Amino acid sequence: MDDRDGRDDYILEMRGINKEFPGVKALQDVTLNVRRGEVHAICGENGAGKSTLMKVLSGVHPAGSYTGDIVFEGQVCHFHTIKDSEKQGIVIIHQELALSPYLSIAENIFLGNERAKAGVVDWRKTTEEAQELLRRVGLDEDPARRIVDIGVGKQQLVEIAKALSKKVKLLILDEPTAALNDDDSENLLQLIRQLRDQGITCIMISHKLGEIEEIADTTTVIRDGQTIESLDMHGTEPVSQERIIRGMVGRSLESRFPEHTATIGDEVLRIEDWTVYHPIDTGRQVVKGASLDIHRGEIVGLAGLMGAGRTELAMSLFGGTYGTRISGRVYKDGQEISTRTVQEAMSHGIAYATEDRKRFGLNLIQTVKENITSAGLGQLAKLGVIETDAETGIAEDYRQSLDIKTPSIEVAASKLSGGNQQKVVLAKWIYTDPDVLILDEPTRGIDVGAKYEIYVIMNRLADAGKGVLMISSELPELLGVCDRIFTLSEGRITGCLARAEATPEALMTLMTLETIKKDDLK
Amino acid sequence: MNQLKDLVGKNLRQYGIMLALVVIVITFAAITGGKLVQPNNVAALIGQNAYVLILALGMLLVIIAGHIDLSVGSGVALIGAIIGYQMSVWQVPWGWAVLTGLGVGLLIGAWQGFWVAFVKIPAFVVTLAGMLLFRGLDQVIAARTMASLPQGFVNISNGFLPRFFGALKNPFAGWLIPSGSVFARNLDGVTMAIGLFAVLGLGFQAWRNRSSQKEHGIPVPPLSLAIVRWVLLSIAILAVTFVLSMNTPGATPILRGTPILLILLGILILVYSFVTSRTVFGRHVYAVGGNRNAALLSGVNTRLTDFMIFVNMGFLTAVAAIVTTSRAGNASAQAGTGYELDAIASCFIGGTAVTGGIGRVSGAMIGALIMGVLNMGLSIARVNANWQMAIKGLVLLIAVTLDLVSKRRSKVA
Repeated sequence: MDDRDGRDDYILEMRGINKEFPGVKALQDVTLNVRRGEVHAICGENGAGKSTLMKVLSGVHPAGSYTGDIVFEGQVCHFHTIKDSEKQGIVIIHQELALSPYLSIAENIFLGNERAKAGVVDWRKTTEEAQELLRRVGLDEDPARRIVDIGVGKQQLVEIAKALSKKVKLLILDEPTAALNDDDSENLLQLIRQLRDQGITCIMISHKLGEIEEIADTTTVIRDGQTIESLDMHGTEPVSQERIIRGMVGRSLESRFPEHTATIGDEVLRIEDWTVYHPIDTGRQVVKGASLDIHRGEIVGLAGLMGAGRTELAMSLFGGTYGTRISGRVYKDGQEISTRTVQEAMSHGIAYATEDRKRFGLNLIQTVKENITSAGLGQLAKLGVIETDAETGIAEDYRQSLDIKTPSIEVAASKLSGGNQQKVVLAKWIYTDPDVLILDEPTRGIDVGAKYEIYVIMNRLADAGKGVLMISSELPELLGVCDRIFTLSEGRITGCLARAEATPEALMTLMTLETIKKDDLK
Repeated sequence: MNQLKDLVGKNLRQYGIMLALVVIVITFAAITGGKLVQPNNVAALIGQNAYVLILALGMLLVIIAGHIDLSVGSGVALIGAIIGYQMSVWQVPWGWAVLTGLGVGLLIGAWQGFWVAFVKIPAFVVTLAGMLLFRGLDQVIAARTMASLPQGFVNISNGFLPRFFGALKNPFAGWLIPSGSVFARNLDGVTMAIGLFAVLGLGFQAWRNRSSQKEHGIPVPPLSLAIVRWVLLSIAILAVTFVLSMNTPGATPILRGTPILLILLGILILVYSFVTSRTVFGRHVYAVGGNRNAALLSGVNTRLTDFMIFVNMGFLTAVAAIVTTSRAGNASAQAGTGYELDAIASCFIGGTAVTGGIGRVSGAMIGALIMGVLNMGLSIARVNANWQMAIKGLVLLIAVTLDLVSKRRSKVA
């Protein structure tokens, strides 16, 4: 090993890791070398093996269930449980946060690791140490607050504080910013930089290439369970996002967005003065007098930071499934309609595909077929009896036309990858033959190739004369796909830009409009 | 390859529990020196456990939707008391009493459904309240046991189909059946005809499903497997009908044949298999149990579904009450005690998921039969009632453990 500039001081070396599940080689001869004190990004499409690799490292897959060596701080390690790896200072923070919602911040930080004497919790010590840790992660909150009462961004910081309490040397973050808005993401990245400066090494799995470009010192690309390459992000040649994508997909994507020329028709849906109050904190307006319109053949974007009220606007419109004291007017093809229940909204040709597939979009234990027909079942039934042969035919048609990759339509939806699950959700709504489709974060958590396919489907729907409203947190996506983009800031529509005049800067300005005004007033 | 594994795995679980039933039957047949499978005992087995099968059909839907119903035992007692009171005190025609019983069942179901579906009170609490409420009302009405019910009513559970073919000569006497046995003399043709009809119907249905699946490109298990399955089921059905066709009440050589109750059960099982697999309502029950939020956002009227599930449970509670009261020949305040637990246990033994969303009629029925055979076998073997309860408890635990362990294993694969 050449030792130029002493930079090859590896804190972690994973050598020749092989991991098999019955019938699947999840990891094949994977090598991962992480230098002490760096931020090391791991990229790959969904199912490439990133999470499996991290589970091997953290002891979720115990020693013996894989082959190969894990060398941490110069020692070969055999981790049998997460506790083993944590003892060595390796802490993993999963995408789905592992916090207990009704316990306080302090209790969560020391969960399983309580500050106690003879089994009795020392509350003073707990609070004091929690405060110190919160200060280190830059979270200004009372340690006695419950987790449910703070936002996702802050919860993420609590997770990191918890990791710090375990004297972490190597922090693993799995998609840490997936659920965060831009501000919180920026905060988190800043914190990761600070931790790096304090000597904590960090492995970060992320789909967001912009983030990786910004923060990573080294990027390892994994594809089909194999290490493809390790890129030095500070090398002589700058590593572009396109370069990383090429490694991830094994081919260069000419374009991340399909070409599309829209044929825009009459107005299909218009909402006016739409106001929604928070379901629990009923005095708080979440959507404030919003108005927007969608035409046939058009893909309209809805941009806004997390908490701006995008999903709240969509769900309140779709059968009042969010919020209370909903007011405003809805027009479909120029006629005023009511959408107070889901059935009513659907009868007027409105469909809403949720941002949270697993919680709201799919019944994971039912088959692909049953999920596809679940919203349009009425069309398949005579006197309440399902025409099962016809149902099979319909599901099979969608499997082919949307290229849903599944061994059969009789497989449980849980067995599909994220991108294919999303296609099942789309199929379900397309089958109801709606005039307006509201797609909430349709490409969240799915890989680059599948995203492209989703865009193609959206274009096809628009070409079929439907109106599409796409809610997204990714500005490049909105700019690449939409014909017009509305911006939402703190519950108010702050602007509408046509594709030609929309730039990331212009959108971001509108998305933060309200906030800026407030700051000016101070 | 994976598909085949999936298919076999899914069926293995189903067969596993069938196998458990067969093993239990054979074990008890051996322990009781063949008494368990004697024609009169098989008929009694059906009569004694009809209530479990009926209640398990309703409970299956309740549990699939993610609820529970603790009140069905008390419901059976209350409805039994109401119909018993009408017939015994007011002397109303039994047909009218049966109709009002079904009406009260629907009302009870609507009452509980209202609280669960529209007021959003957890079903555990609503039906726990119902358990106390209905039992209390039952004890008010059935302050004393009401006996001497009309014969027509008693016949529902104790009567037999007319023997159109008369008493046929038993061709098996002398070799399968000892010629000295009271069962060796005659054989009821109607019962055998029903068995043959069921076997042919089953074969036709399986063939039809298979060809339609093939037509739509859905992978089907190998033909040999399908035939083996059909043959095994046919043997089981024919064995039961053959035994029943020789049914005579103990020492007196009067041939009886098919219990009316068996026909009623058969119809209910067919109807509920259809409801769960082929109707929009059935699909909605699974959707609500699997993921309530997703169902709501797919336009399923989740409240109406919940409401209807409990109305249906109330209806079947009434059917169980009619059958139980008819069998006992009287209505007493203590009727139905513990029935809810039998029904719930049957569903769980039959592979219904505790968390909802998964469960099949066939599984719940096999679960109910396992409970029934245990009851009957342990009684014939003269096991003390307290020990019977303890053994049933352990069987429930073991069955569900095996089911969950096998599911976990198949998930890893």
